[in-house]
Amino acid sequence: MCPANAQGIESSSSGSLDHVVGSANDFLTIYIAGQLFGIPVLQVQDVLGDLKVSRIPLAPPEVDGSLNLRGRIVTSINVRRCLGLGERESGKSMMSVVVEHEGELYSLTIDEVGDVLALKEDSYEKNPVTLDAKWRGVSLGIYRLDEELLIVLDVPKLINDLRI
Amino acid sequence: MDELIGEFITETNESLEELDVDLVNLEKDPNNRDLLSKIFRLMHTIKGTCGFLGLPRLEKLAHHAENVLGRFRDGDLEVTPPAVTLILESIDTVRFILEGIEQTGEEPTGDDSDIISRLDAVYEGRDVPAAAAADGKKGDNIKLIGDKIDHKDDEAAPSGFVSEEELEAVFAATEVLVNTNNTAAADDEDDDDDEIEVMAASAPASKAAGKGAANASEDGSAKKASIATQSLRVNVDVLENLMTMVSELVLTRNQLMQIMRQQNDSEFTAPLQRLNHVVSDLQDGVMKTRMQPIGNAWAKLPRIVRDISLELKKKVELHMHGQDTELDRQVLDMIKDPLTHMVRNSADHGIETPAEREAAGKPQTGKINLDAYHEGGHIIIEISDDGKGLSTKKIIDKAISNGLATADEIQDMSTQQIQQFIFHAGFSTAEKVTSVSGRGVGMDVVRTNIEKIGGSIELTSIEGKGSTFRIKIPLTLAIVSALVVEAGGERFAVPQLTVRELVMVSEKSDVKIEMIKGSPVYRLREQLLPLVYLNDVLKLKGYETQGAAKDAAEGDNVINLESKAASQNQYIIVTQIGAYMLGIIVDRVFDTEEIVVKPVARILREIEVFSGNTILGDGSVIMILDPAGIARATGKEEGSDVGAGVEQMEEQVHYDAREKTTLLLFRAGDRAPKAVPLALVSRLENVNIDSVEYANGQMLVQYRGQLMPLLPFSHAQQIPEQGNMPVLVFAEGKKSMGIIVDDIVDIIEEHVDVQMSGSDGVMGSAIIAGKATDVCDVTYYMNSVSNGWFDIQTSVGYDSDDVEGTSEHARRKILLVDDSPFFRNMLTPLLSVAGYRVTSVEGAAQALELCDKGEKFDLIVSDIEMPDMSGFEFAKKVKSEDSLWNNTPLVALTSHGAPSDLDKGHEVGFNKYILKFDRETLLDTLEETLSLSRR
Repeated sequence: MCPANAQGIESSSSGSLDHVVGSANDFLTIYIAGQLFGIPVLQVQDVLGDLKVSRIPLAPPEVDGSLNLRGRIVTSINVRRCLGLGERESGKSMMSVVVEHEGELYSLTIDEVGDVLALKEDSYEKNPVTLDAKWRGVSLGIYRLDEELLIVLDVPKLINDLRI
Repeated sequence: MDELIGEFITETNESLEELDVDLVNLEKDPNNRDLLSKIFRLMHTIKGTCGFLGLPRLEKLAHHAENVLGRFRDGDLEVTPPAVTLILESIDTVRFILEGIEQTGEEPTGDDSDIISRLDAVYEGRDVPAAAAADGKKGDNIKLIGDKIDHKDDEAAPSGFVSEEELEAVFAATEVLVNTNNTAAADDEDDDDDEIEVMAASAPASKAAGKGAANASEDGSAKKASIATQSLRVNVDVLENLMTMVSELVLTRNQLMQIMRQQNDSEFTAPLQRLNHVVSDLQDGVMKTRMQPIGNAWAKLPRIVRDISLELKKKVELHMHGQDTELDRQVLDMIKDPLTHMVRNSADHGIETPAEREAAGKPQTGKINLDAYHEGGHIIIEISDDGKGLSTKKIIDKAISNGLATADEIQDMSTQQIQQFIFHAGFSTAEKVTSVSGRGVGMDVVRTNIEKIGGSIELTSIEGKGSTFRIKIPLTLAIVSALVVEAGGERFAVPQLTVRELVMVSEKSDVKIEMIKGSPVYRLREQLLPLVYLNDVLKLKGYETQGAAKDAAEGDNVINLESKAASQNQYIIVTQIGAYMLGIIVDRVFDTEEIVVKPVARILREIEVFSGNTILGDGSVIMILDPAGIARATGKEEGSDVGAGVEQMEEQVHYDAREKTTLLLFRAGDRAPKAVPLALVSRLENVNIDSVEYANGQMLVQYRGQLMPLLPFSHAQQIPEQGNMPVLVFAEGKKSMGIIVDDIVDIIEEHVDVQMSGSDGVMGSAIIAGKATDVCDVTYYMNSVSNGWFDIQTSVGYDSDDVEGTSEHARRKILLVDDSPFFRNMLTPLLSVAGYRVTSVEGAAQALELCDKGEKFDLIVSDIEMPDMSGFEFAKKVKSEDSLWNNTPLVALTSHGAPSDLDKGHEVGFNKYILKFDRETLLDTLEETLSLSRR
């Protein structure tokens, strides 16, 4: 799912981002274990604080459970676990970003929500070949920001990878 | 697309769909004027509307078809079978053009001159030209069916004729309307059609609308008008939306009710009650709007069957019953395709050609029956045909070539099990894919679709006689009532339809959960119910089962304590999965709630124990359990998809805990485990196949200087070509015999209760180590050895040096008193083989009856624990002063050897005490006791 060229997201990414042509470069930034990630802003439905999550037995470990968002059932996914990161120290509150995928809602549990950024295409790069395999699988590429690097999170891939 | 054209397409399609049923009737009764009028009017409407809407191609076709139909209707022309085909052809062309319009908004380009010229030819009274004439054979076929129906129709004819004038009048009125107001006319037209259909319904095959035919024709158009105003056409999306909203309303109502329950009295109580009722009514009402008669899904079937029978030159009749049975639109949509597929299958693969049928001694015309009816909260649909049934051989070949099973596995399967293979993906026994079948929808898809909506499908087929499919589907999917339970600190919903009953088990209960080798079971009214701990199934932490300590408390202290406390009271949800029952143990049971089933997220869909999820009244999300999935997950339903396992489980259990027997478990032939009491087995041997010899058709080995006959346990068993095979050796005196088995599995101590009687070599089946196990009947094998090897009756055939002892034995009569048929069956042959004459009775009362009759025995062997009268009481009676038997030695047979029992036994007069199934001791003791008593 890595973009085939460095022309920019609209032209290179397949399927998942096509419908956001025009503002594909607006990203909601999030932090996971100190790393900056970006989710195309049009995929984002909601940002939630801590909510009561019901466990789902027998679900993959990356699935925290399900929660009720205004009458709709949302499946909660722990992005830290998807990325092979350890648990966050307890006591710190978690945030979730709710996305829609194939007509269903998923909430991605992350550490912190940052800002919405409009990013320039010329700062886009393909995944470095040395990137951790697990991360490479869910990264659509990297934007060079002035101070840090932003990884574009491939949300549909992240969710589909969890199918049992 | 023009809105008017859209309306026109919808209307016309509907009329065409209705016509489908009638067209088949037309074939049976080609000169039925009512039908012809109906088709005529449809064509006329199409023609008129097309002119108005500017659709010249369709208009032209309709015009020519109308001309021909006009002459048919007026009786100017005789309707011949080729003409029927021509009419159908023109209707199909209309349909084709309509489809084109629907897709593009414009008429598809094309040339209808061929069909138009043929229509014109008929109109002008010439013979139906070439294209149709080639179908002469088909025509004959139709004629035959038609003839058959004709005489039935005679009775029905009068009502049809009476109404004809009126119909014409109505028709004329409609025509005026067509000219004035196009859309309204179309509506009216539709209603007219309905009425006419009612009259046409007197023709035998279409019983669909058989209500009030007489009324309808009398009241005429006035009534029609009122019907038109009584029904509304509503877009399906509107209804769906409404349903979703009602569902949410129900949830909110539930939420409010829950809050109310926590607050004793408040001013909200009364209005909330009212809200509760109103919402319930509303829910029912909206549900009703979604209900549709199942006949809607069937409308196309007669035509499909007709086409297939023509194409494949078969004669097939489709009989439909219960078209009025209503079910949820959503469900209806889901089963439409599976049903069509199955009927098509029946006509294509099921029904044979007339020649084949005749050869098989069946009537030339095959029948397909379609039946629908309510049963409980379900709808049952049955599709049966009297065709050739499923060919077991073909299925086996296919299953093996597809790698679904090995020849060995198949050998062990029942016909029913083998038939189930047709539900596997990519399975078709049709030798070639015809244009009719093989469209990529297999029976696997049918089953998947049906199971998706919580239904089930069963199949019974007898080769040569036909097949029956039975589909069971729920009435609706939207809202179900569910039981909310808790296990491992989590709450779950169980659909109430699957719950048979609830059982609470506490410390004080008489009946407790018992463990058999780690598997919990419960005695439910003389039935043994297999149980699963929900915590185990769902792998929830912080929980301990009763049998083995699992996941001892680590961290999750709180929950652990809680569940321990809760485990004092356990709840068993008794669920029914097909014919099979399963108890699910949960920690707590809360309440029932109406829930809206929502599908689980796609990434979780593979977890089979859940059928969905829902939001409860308190706003929390919980998972809905699927008992069938739980059964599958625990493997208890092994083979349930093949039916047999279920039947075995059905026979659950008169469970007798008193007796424990050491059993040898082995396998032979099929997969079901077999058991034989270890005490009966002398030795286990491995016999090399090379040492097996044959004499007089009997397998023999030389064994310890003697010949030992060998018998395979079952005929289905395959004797290995080389190497060793395990043999159970049964010996008596110097004679022994061997039973060849596949492998020895285990030796276990178990309660034995034979519940189902078996056939040759199998005494019956019992639950051993949690599995249905065949209990081996040793006598059968002993008798099977040729030449009276073990001559049980007369004991002739023993070695000469033993004759004396044997004949002595033979004179001795033993009375065996035991309530358990299992032990009687086991001991009788054992003692007979040892040379005694055995009389067995099932209780002390019967034994005493024999005593009263003056029967005498050399020895009495009696069980201790028996219903009605115990062995002790029996002994007291026998040993009393005035008893005929007071000198007969008495031997007690028991499964426990407690010293207190021994003492008591001696006190009441038992000479000896023997443990059951201690074979050597038993025989020795008997011998010893008898010789003692003789002196």
